[in-house]
Amino acid sequence: MNDVKKGDFEPKIVAFACEYCSYTAADLAGSMRLQYPASVRIILIPCTGRMDAIMLLKALDEGADAVFVSGCQPGDCHFLRGNYRAKAMVPGVKKMLEEIGLDPDRVEFFHVAASEAQRWVEVVEEMTARARRLGPNPLRTGGGPEYGPLAEKKGGKEDGPRRQASA
Amino acid sequence: MIVGERKPLEEIIESLEGAEKVLVAGCGTCVAICMAGGEKEVGMLASELKMAAKLRDMKIEVSEATAQRQCDKEYLDTLKDDVKGKDVVISMACGIGVQYMALNYEPMRVVPAVNTDFLGANLDVGEWAEYCQSCGDCVLADTGGVCPIARCSKSLLNGPCGGSADGKCEIDPETECAWQLIYDRMKALGRLEKLTEIRPPRSWKTSRDGGPRRLVREDQKA
Repeated sequence: MNDVKKGDFEPKIVAFACEYCSYTAADLAGSMRLQYPASVRIILIPCTGRMDAIMLLKALDEGADAVFVSGCQPGDCHFLRGNYRAKAMVPGVKKMLEEIGLDPDRVEFFHVAASEAQRWVEVVEEMTARARRLGPNPLRTGGGPEYGPLAEKKGGKEDGPRRQASA
Repeated sequence: MIVGERKPLEEIIESLEGAEKVLVAGCGTCVAICMAGGEKEVGMLASELKMAAKLRDMKIEVSEATAQRQCDKEYLDTLKDDVKGKDVVISMACGIGVQYMALNYEPMRVVPAVNTDFLGANLDVGEWAEYCQSCGDCVLADTGGVCPIARCSKSLLNGPCGGSADGKCEIDPETECAWQLIYDRMKALGRLEKLTEIRPPRSWKTSRDGGPRRLVREDQKA
């Protein structure tokens, strides 16, 4: 069962980063020797408009503690509306997670431009802190539902239902 | 097309009571277009079910398959091997597909994963509206291509009623008054005079009032 305590584990976070902005920002963060948690696994995508809900679900199903999509700033998408499409998709995925019994905070969308290396660092730090607060993904550790009516029965959540965090 | 929407996950899980081997069966036609029950949605529901089952200690084995259409026997037959050995088939088709699946794979337990809403048009990405009520006696020729049966809240044949204000219906400020639309269209067509003709009460026996309907085309039956 769940032998890893909240807060004292190194989360595994999957980041889907747009080639035109966030992936470049992550690259820049490296070039600038900025330090940030090694918790994130970055997946390059040609545009966040390529994202689909199933990709976020699969990442969590396969054990990621948190997953986020990072796209261009509003109005800056190379393909015009890809970032808006991805951003609109994420609340739907959060709703699915609530139904499944996972905390919706495990999924998020961010805007990070190519020049915003510092912003990229902050985003990774935020998601890492969030994953630590939520604890390990119960799908990986064999825990029960952590969200919704079934969570209480299993004694999953300690601090009650959470609000949806803003990106 | 037939417009539907996915049922809440909890309701689907409840309908699986006692099942261990489950097939999520999609339909590649109407419900795929309205993003409720096509191949992509099958993958999503299967993934949701697997995750929910893991968290709830449910022992279910979920597999996926999609037929081009669940309302045609020829296409339903393509799911034969997928249905075999399952305890429950979750059909993601409209109500027609669910029933036809149950009939063609008797005595398989078939449960729905989609609520069938209406016959509608795709107004914008992610937005649909009811345009037809399949009343069986089309009047669109005389109403400027706007259906008073489906789009007027009262299905009036001689509208508008007193609830029409600023082009909207009294039931909801977002709902357009179909008779205002009819008037505007007929005016644009130069056929306003047609609206002075009073339509007598019609027979609704071609609609649901005549009981479940059936169409037989002798010219097609060989």
